[in-house]
Amino acid sequence: MAHPRLSPWQYMVLALVAVCAPLGDTCLSRGMTRLPAITLDHPGTLIAAVFTPWIAVGIGLLIGFFASYLTALSWADLTYVLPATAFGNVIVALLARFWLHDTISLERWAGIVLITVGVGFVAQGPSLTERPASRADRELAP
Amino acid sequence: MTIPSTALQPSPWAATAMIAAIVLSSTAGEVLTAAAMKSIGDLDEIRARSGMKGATRAVVTCPLFLAGVSFLALAFFSLLFALNHLNLSFVAPASASLTLVTNAVAGKIFLKENVDRRRWTAAVLVCIGVYLLAH
Repeated sequence: MAHPRLSPWQYMVLALVAVCAPLGDTCLSRGMTRLPAITLDHPGTLIAAVFTPWIAVGIGLLIGFFASYLTALSWADLTYVLPATAFGNVIVALLARFWLHDTISLERWAGIVLITVGVGFVAQGPSLTERPASRADRELAP
Repeated sequence: MTIPSTALQPSPWAATAMIAAIVLSSTAGEVLTAAAMKSIGDLDEIRARSGMKGATRAVVTCPLFLAGVSFLALAFFSLLFALNHLNLSFVAPASASLTLVTNAVAGKIFLKENVDRRRWTAAVLVCIGVYLLAH
């Protein structure tokens, strides 16, 4: 069954959830803006776009996000996992500030602080509400 | 919350309906997916027992998961439709932050999750934080 407190592996899965989604979106955005405008008259260009490096990496990261998100939902509550996904926005903002040297407004710093405090609140509590045995548990039972 | 000015600006009611479509379909998708994963059980344990193929089969043969993915697809196309009429700087923060709150409510009602004061506080803080960060 599930564990109210998470193991280091499970924290790593949550970190993957937080990191893969915003990085995947960023790669898709970067890839799509480098392409010429795509119209519905030539839908084949949209298929070809999938095989360009930035978009391929973005799709790979989003597949990684979905796999780790489903894994996390199998042992933690939705209301526990979702703040972790929001924490990805903080990671992207901090990368933009310290790696790309973007300017972050006071409003955005306030957003970063609020999300960090919110995630901290959730992380200190139990990850799962006790519930009846799952399908896998019933199959394991003698 | 103000609606951005665009060449063909939809009415506030139309904009509200577009955001509501994203939020409701996204919430339905998240809740159904979460319910599916809870009914399947710990994926790490299934993978250890039946390998990656067994874990994948357990997920993709679950009707709740298929229903959840359908709603998430609907949310994605609702987002694309909204982006065609409204600015990203309005749609992204509004839908992302509202979805956090509706998910907390739906998690308590439909998934019977223990959404205590700690989780409500976190949902509200993260909701405001996402809005500030994305706005």
